[in-house]
Amino acid sequence: MAEKMSPQIKRYMKRIAILMVLYLIFLFSGDYLIDNELVSGVPAYIIAILAGLPVAGMFWAIGMLLIEETDEFLRMLLVHQTLIATGIAMAAASIWGFLENFGLVQHVDSYWWAIIWFLGLGIGAIANKLTLGAAGPG
Amino acid sequence: MKNRLKVLRAERDWTQGDLAEALEISRQSVNAIETGKYDPSLPLAFKIADLFDMTIEDVFIHQKSAASLAASADDRETGPRIRSL
Repeated sequence: MAEKMSPQIKRYMKRIAILMVLYLIFLFSGDYLIDNELVSGVPAYIIAILAGLPVAGMFWAIGMLLIEETDEFLRMLLVHQTLIATGIAMAAASIWGFLENFGLVQHVDSYWWAIIWFLGLGIGAIANKLTLGAAGPG
Repeated sequence: MKNRLKVLRAERDWTQGDLAEALEISRQSVNAIETGKYDPSLPLAFKIADLFDMTIEDVFIHQKSAASLAASADDRETGPRIRSL
């Protein structure tokens, strides 16, 4: 039988859903406006920042889940996940940075490190499942 | 750390879900504690002990303490045997 979703997980899911919608709106409208040269200068900067803010908001949502989670075991699982994700993303960014600096690989847009961090959360969940018997909150 | 949670729960015919609900924690937490994969914090350990109307030491077994208790029990048994030789 499926377990009932806790209120903190419901809030987390709601926040992520809102941020995803905002991300898609800002990304596609920004792409359209910039590609068709409809904006430039300061508005272009604002549009670019707006596309990044929902991604930053996802880090905030995970931080809020960490604060609001009342179950100490689930909170520990999330801490494991975020530590593994941070380790993977920072290691990847550091190594790629030097490879790029020495002209050995091509440039990678820095938002990829955020994407790798989110992938790291998944790897952290697998590590949790294998070592502690549960993937994480949710 | 070993514990008697599974036995205590079974004695009362509770499921992991029942115990989780009583302790206001997730079923995953109960499972992790029962299988020894996670040692609860002191407040949660007290909550568990209170629920079973026991002391923490009755529910959780500190292996080092258990080993030294066993050793002193052995000593108590060995002592008279040596004297009787």
